[in-house]
Amino acid sequence: MGDALVAILLGLPMTLLVTAASFAIGLVGGVPLLLGLRSRIRFVRLAVRLVIDLIRGVPPIVWLFLLYFGIAIGSFRFNSLVAAIVGLGVISSAYLAEIYRGGFATLPRGQFEAAQALGLGRATTLGRVLAPQALRTALPSMATFLLSLLKDSSIASTIGVTEMVTAATVFARQNTATAGIVPFFLAAAVYFALSIPVAVFARRLDTRLRKAL
Amino acid sequence: MSLVDYLPQLGRGLLLSLQLTALSVLFGYLIGLVLALGAASSKWWLKWPAIVVVEIGRGIPALVVLYLIYFGLPSVGILFESLVAATIGLTFTAAAYSSEMIRAGLQSVPRGQFEAAAALGLARRSTFLRVVLPQGLRSSIPALMGLAIMSFQATSLAYSISVPELMSQAYQVGNLTFQYLGVYAITGLIYAAIAVPATWLSVWVEHRLARGAA
Repeated sequence: MGDALVAILLGLPMTLLVTAASFAIGLVGGVPLLLGLRSRIRFVRLAVRLVIDLIRGVPPIVWLFLLYFGIAIGSFRFNSLVAAIVGLGVISSAYLAEIYRGGFATLPRGQFEAAQALGLGRATTLGRVLAPQALRTALPSMATFLLSLLKDSSIASTIGVTEMVTAATVFARQNTATAGIVPFFLAAAVYFALSIPVAVFARRLDTRLRKAL
Repeated sequence: MSLVDYLPQLGRGLLLSLQLTALSVLFGYLIGLVLALGAASSKWWLKWPAIVVVEIGRGIPALVVLYLIYFGLPSVGILFESLVAATIGLTFTAAAYSSEMIRAGLQSVPRGQFEAAAALGLARRSTFLRVVLPQGLRSSIPALMGLAIMSFQATSLAYSISVPELMSQAYQVGNLTFQYLGVYAITGLIYAAIAVPATWLSVWVEHRLARGAA
């Protein structure tokens, strides 16, 4: 059991890397999508809406296979790690754009009107008045999404990224006689342990924000 | 052969994906209701086991749940066919997530409803079954619809334990034709063609229910 735990923990940094990198892509990529959703031009709004729904409508595993096996431009191919990060990053962008939008939707209209009455420009209104408040209400949802992304990073194992689930399957295959259910059980336990601090953080944040509002 | 000739094969896979979705949603939501009632119970020996099961189900990736059941359990003498293992695994995950949604729905029923039922002299049992449960379930419908869509997408994970659903068929067709980009693009569009309209439907239902409540 000790050996199995060591083998699985060796996969942990890769799990964290895939999760953190794709979340970072999503944090940035969600912003232009959000601006598209809030555009003054109806066509842009609808087009971005469709793109976001389409991205979210395709399961993560299909995204990863599409990027890893499907993309071959000349001699260029994604390696499995990059394919996983880009794929999960694209998905994160769509989900986070939607979460950002939800944050903005809860803002009272008066905030916008007050900013206008003060003669603030469109960009200043958005960046200095609306965005900070929207971000605050969006934070718990963002933490919840980070959790589900952590779990979805396990899908990177299907294209051969050597993260925790790959580590567990490899260990199980190398020790068929003795390993049994243990490596999978340990991998599950590590995911569970990782999810606790984020879940506690999200719950505490949620109650604090509820009080503040 | 062009990719179009393989569409029937993908179609067969889709059919199995949909069956898997239907089974895991049906059983998952029923178990989810039981878990929600357990978690809301005042008896600790009902409450804590339910909460533990729910948190485990939500804390572990669905893929790991499938591996645990399909690759792990045989070593302790429990052997399932891949389709059965996938159904059990996805049901477990759906149950854990749905129980939280149902619990939130039940909690959203205003206190006045309890008081009104008590004032009318309704027994605890009928208060719950006739007053609280219908209203609570009603407000959790949009979330449960969203979860059903997630469950449909999660069936693609069953590929990894070789259930011949849509993703497995796509993988096979890809290996036969070498047209990976085309195959996975078509497969993605098939998933989206079901998930996207379903999402719009759930948004529409949410708006309708919100209008009814106001």
